[in-house]
Amino acid sequence: MATFKEFRNNVKPNWCPGCGDFSIQAAIQRAAANVGLEPENLAVISGIGCSGRISGYINAYGFHGIHGRVLPIAQGVKLANRELTVIASGGDGDGFAIGMGHTVHAIRRNLNVTYIVMDNQIYGLTKGQTSPRSAEGFKTKSTPEGSIETTLSPLEIAMSAGATFVAQSFSSDLKQLTKLIEEGINHEGFSLINVFSPCVTFNKINTYDWFKANIVNLEQFPEYDASNRVMAMNKIMETNGMLTGLIYQNKERKSYEDLVTGFKQEGLAKQDIKITPEQFDKLVAEFK
Amino acid sequence: MISQLSWKIGGQQGEGVESTDRIFSTALNRLGYYLYGYRHFSSRIKGGHTNNKIRISTKPIRAISDDLDILVAFDQESIDLNAKELRLGGVIVADAKFNPTIPEGIDTRLFAVPITAMAEELGTSLMKNMVASGASWALLGLPLDVFNKAVEEEFGRKGAAIVEKNVEAVKRGAEFVLEQAGGPLDEFKLDAADGQQKLFMIGNEAIGLGSVAAGCRLMAAYPITPASEIMEYLIKKLPHFGGTVVQTEDEIAAVTMAIGANYAGVRTMTASAGPGLSLMMEAIGLAGMTETPLVIVNTQRGGPSTGLPTKQEQSDLNAMVYGTHGEIPKIVIAPASIEDCFYDTIEAFNLAEQYQVPVILMTDLQLSLGKQSCDQLDYNKIEIKRGKLVTDVPALEGHDLFKRYELTEDGISQRVLPGEKGGLHHVTGVEHDETGRPSENALNRQNMMDKRLNKLNDMYVREAIRVDAPHDTPDLLIIGMGSTGGTIDEARSLLEQEGVTTNHITIRQIHPFPTKPLLPYLQKATKVIVIENNATAQLAGQIKMHAGFADKIESLLKYDGNPFLPSDVHKACKELSLDGNVQRV
Ligand SMILES: Cc1ncc(C[n+]2csc(CCOP(=O)(O)OP(=O)(O)O)c2C)c(N)n1
Ligand code: SF4
Repeated sequence: MATFKEFRNNVKPNWCPGCGDFSIQAAIQRAAANVGLEPENLAVISGIGCSGRISGYINAYGFHGIHGRVLPIAQGVKLANRELTVIASGGDGDGFAIGMGHTVHAIRRNLNVTYIVMDNQIYGLTKGQTSPRSAEGFKTKSTPEGSIETTLSPLEIAMSAGATFVAQSFSSDLKQLTKLIEEGINHEGFSLINVFSPCVTFNKINTYDWFKANIVNLEQFPEYDASNRVMAMNKIMETNGMLTGLIYQNKERKSYEDLVTGFKQEGLAKQDIKITPEQFDKLVAEFK
Repeated sequence: MISQLSWKIGGQQGEGVESTDRIFSTALNRLGYYLYGYRHFSSRIKGGHTNNKIRISTKPIRAISDDLDILVAFDQESIDLNAKELRLGGVIVADAKFNPTIPEGIDTRLFAVPITAMAEELGTSLMKNMVASGASWALLGLPLDVFNKAVEEEFGRKGAAIVEKNVEAVKRGAEFVLEQAGGPLDEFKLDAADGQQKLFMIGNEAIGLGSVAAGCRLMAAYPITPASEIMEYLIKKLPHFGGTVVQTEDEIAAVTMAIGANYAGVRTMTASAGPGLSLMMEAIGLAGMTETPLVIVNTQRGGPSTGLPTKQEQSDLNAMVYGTHGEIPKIVIAPASIEDCFYDTIEAFNLAEQYQVPVILMTDLQLSLGKQSCDQLDYNKIEIKRGKLVTDVPALEGHDLFKRYELTEDGISQRVLPGEKGGLHHVTGVEHDETGRPSENALNRQNMMDKRLNKLNDMYVREAIRVDAPHDTPDLLIIGMGSTGGTIDEARSLLEQEGVTTNHITIRQIHPFPTKPLLPYLQKATKVIVIENNATAQLAGQIKMHAGFADKIESLLKYDGNPFLPSDVHKACKELSLDGNVQRV
């Protein structure tokens, strides 16, 4: 079994010192080792943004795609070889702005993919424009007078789209984050893990200290039941989305792969693709 | 006795035009006739005039005809719109219900058959299609038992009572019309066909079949006319082969899902038409840059924007050739027949893997949806070539990565699939080094660009150009692509009778442009006419750009939404051969 060190490579990330994304990288590496993966059986698919570089920093199969399309690519990989563990990852712009359509539908589809969003409430790579996650009134290069659009709640959207696994964490809480990623990987279906990941360079409002002061850990509520959808939705609203921990998990619903007629456990990519003369004749006979 | 005949059925969309056509042609196919169908429809589902035309022949045919022998009309509008196509001596079979009248100035025989009434007598107006096709069948004097067998197969699943009712509907339609006409019409007596059942399918089905044969096991697509039949076919078939079809949220998801699945090792395709192709452009560049195999079918329809969504056009050529920002290698193949649709699909999957590039299979609406007979397809010609896909590669040392983008002589590198222990590497749409890691190094950039762009040097698909050149120095060299070939050939035989000699080249490899094989024919030609369904002469543009000869190339263009008729081509070629100017139709 691989140790977390085996999920490291020799590339020095080009993130700014102090960027929240470092810890997320570490958490993925630890979680991968903890659940017993080997590097060759892990595919990390990432979007475009500072965060999107993550697939290059983990020793595994990495695919760095195009802006906003991380989820369809990841779902394609999973459909092609369900024996792989597929982690998709990208920024809040990637997943909740340009890629929002895919996010909602990936949730509905419920393929066994773990989606980790590095949510810094701003566009990092393009040097500081507003994101759908920015607070109202938030001043950025593209909103000099402050954002006048409502902040998007990915947790509420995920819940209403029928998500089977919704979690949120904070990049400083490596222990919780690692555990949630492990749970996400083990979950039979689509898992959304939104992670507050401060951008130390462009976001001077949502800082580490700001998060520490504003988030509540679900552990504080011993009566909280993550299998209760109504409770989950209420908690998200009560805390204005500033909660961390496993928010909701539905273990009943089958994954997409399990619902596709005739879909085998063996990865499709490994199956023989040549058809037999008998199969061919049968197909052709329909056109006579 | 005649060797060919044209039949058309018209009515409101949704009132049985399709099913009448289907049952009538299935029965004809049984007898071994060659058929060629053309569907005229609007994008409304119910309502709106629609008509289906079939040509019936004892010899292979690949074009619609100019004229018409029998028109079956469910309403007066169908007569008003289509009667002018009837040739002298042609007949109309119309539903007596609407008191059909023949438009002024048209000389034809009208048989008013109580189509709706008879169907209703038997329980449901849905059986109109049976009465109408029975009447048509009887006029041709064809054996009724063959027809009844087709009916049995169509409705067998629904039980004997239903079959019986439908057979009865056919019989009543047949008897009524025979009494009116005084027996089958002699002038419509077809020569016997060879009795060999052909395959009778639309291009989209041939593509679907081809992809199953090619080992395609996943499809990701978003519905659009005229591409949807491919996904509808595959969703029925792929589960039997372990695969599936995903209807995605849009075409961007479709193409990127296909890229992900191809990267992970499954032959996966997507199919769309112009609007979807436009949405896929960025992702096509990703496939080119990451050297991920990808097959896209683009079934062209009338553009731009929503354009003429249910009409014929060939106007996406430039989009397919040039589309995506930056410069990538890409293959664009244009099948020109049903057989091509099948074999080219298999080749597209092979080329995508052999060259690790995106391949676009380009059809047009008439080829995708026109139902045609084709001779048997050959299992033994199905070959699966996966190029430099490797397994069991040696273990890696330390932090080494597999050189997925190794610079090689032919520019093609070994490809491994995720899951392979010694194959770890990175993939990115950012410029990268041999291991796939991002690199902005200038020399590396140049090497990688050259590697990718030179992969397709001297790459030719099967019959990159299809040549029919009986003459050494013909009066005219005619060049076309896609569904127009059959029409061109019909016009040629007329021209030939009039003493105008022609050669015909079908361009099947649209990109990279097959300049080398085409050049000698252009050199020898005195006059060239390029025939295409678009307004800006896109194919002619490619020829002039790559091969030159602008001074001797003329264009015949049609972009009114309809396919070329043999008469369009005949007229233009005749004028050109007499040194006239070619008019746009
Ligand atoms: C189609 C497209 N549009 C725009 C861009 C430019 N772009 C790159 S990353 C990005 C947003 C980055 O923000 P986010 O996704 O939140 O990631 P972060 O950099 O903050 O990690 C944008 C707009 C692009 N690469 N592609
Ligand atoms: S700009 Fe912000 S998000 Fe990007 S690396 Fe720097 S700190 Fe991280």
